[in-house]
Amino acid sequence: MQNDANSPQPIAKSQILEWLQAVKDPEIPTISLIDLGVVRGVEVDAVTGKVSVHLTPTFAGCPAMDYMKRDVERTLLAHGVPAVEVEISMREAWTSDMLTEAGRQALRQHKLSPPPVIGNQVFDLDFLEYAECPNCHGNNTELRTPFGATLCRAVHYCHDCRQLFEQFKPV
Amino acid sequence: MNPTLDLLYRLADDQLILGHRNSEWNGLGPILEEDIAFSSMAQDKLGHSLQLYSLLHALGEAEPDTVAFTRNAPQFHCCQLVELPIGEYDFSLTRHFLFDHAELLRFEALATSSYEPLAQVARKLRGELKYHALHANTWMKRLGTATDEAIERMQRSLDFTLPYALGIFEKTDAEAEIISSGLFVGEDELRGRWLESISKVLAQTALEVPDVLALTPVLGGRHGQHTEHLQPLLDEMAEVFRLDPTADW
Repeated sequence: MQNDANSPQPIAKSQILEWLQAVKDPEIPTISLIDLGVVRGVEVDAVTGKVSVHLTPTFAGCPAMDYMKRDVERTLLAHGVPAVEVEISMREAWTSDMLTEAGRQALRQHKLSPPPVIGNQVFDLDFLEYAECPNCHGNNTELRTPFGATLCRAVHYCHDCRQLFEQFKPV
Repeated sequence: MNPTLDLLYRLADDQLILGHRNSEWNGLGPILEEDIAFSSMAQDKLGHSLQLYSLLHALGEAEPDTVAFTRNAPQFHCCQLVELPIGEYDFSLTRHFLFDHAELLRFEALATSSYEPLAQVARKLRGELKYHALHANTWMKRLGTATDEAIERMQRSLDFTLPYALGIFEKTDAEAEIISSGLFVGEDELRGRWLESISKVLAQTALEVPDVLALTPVLGGRHGQHTEHLQPLLDEMAEVFRLDPTADW
């Protein structure tokens, strides 16, 4: 080992973020954890090169969190990051507005309707009932049940193309 | 007991026990959507209990699994409402409606708790609880305006469940300090908001709402006094865990 004199520079944060783009939601393989908005922070220790990643769950009871945590660790270690620490907390609680535009597109690709952007508006029942059909893109839709195949999905029906479809829920 | 621990144990135990009860609808729901709904709400509630037990752990209490799976009924602080067997669907729906309205309002209030770790969790859970309240409202309104049989059954369930629901708001010795320290607005205030909230929905049904505050609440749960239904539930829930508490899952 002779890396004392020119020990490797810590990896740039932008590089870490690029690698993390490859880590997908295990249940929706078209969307990355970054575009899902569950990666709330990345820090690189300037001395040791250790990378700390802060994750927050989309839903408190999400059973995929441990898997996501291990996937982040595995991916960064495989790229040669010397040490990885993943913290899961609700310091910055996830809301569906944290989905990026690329993330919304990735959901559509998976035939999931992305949640409406709430912004500063009052989050009332109208938001829960509204969804755009991922098949015909119409708005003539109806909430059938707020609970679907996973905690983050609701089931709606499109009156235009007469199809049931799933929506990634607004919260 | 320290007011923060007192409050957290009540919140967490309610979630764990009702979560377990909701899961008993898995495979038995009257229609597929309701099977999924109760199973999803069970998963949410178990997730919520884990967040709250984790706050307790951070304050020096045992690991969440240990707390959830190794205590016996007298050490539980849940209200008796949540431990009752699932019964028929009309009862489970009525319990879900009465409990989750209180729950949504409770976590909305806790979002500004002086105890910041609890406020953070509350800000997350209240968004999820909106779906529980929405679901309950939909079915209360649908069945509460349906056939004579549906209305009669819902009325019977409502009359039976309301005294237990009042037990949600049972106070402990820590109440005064919980309010004065800004941890929570308090059970009386919450009960007032709850009554207003459920009344609005019930007014859209054919159901008759009795003078709720004149009813005799079923108390005791917050002080470790439970029905005969809780211990068998705990035994079943912890059966696998107790085979080998050190097993790594």
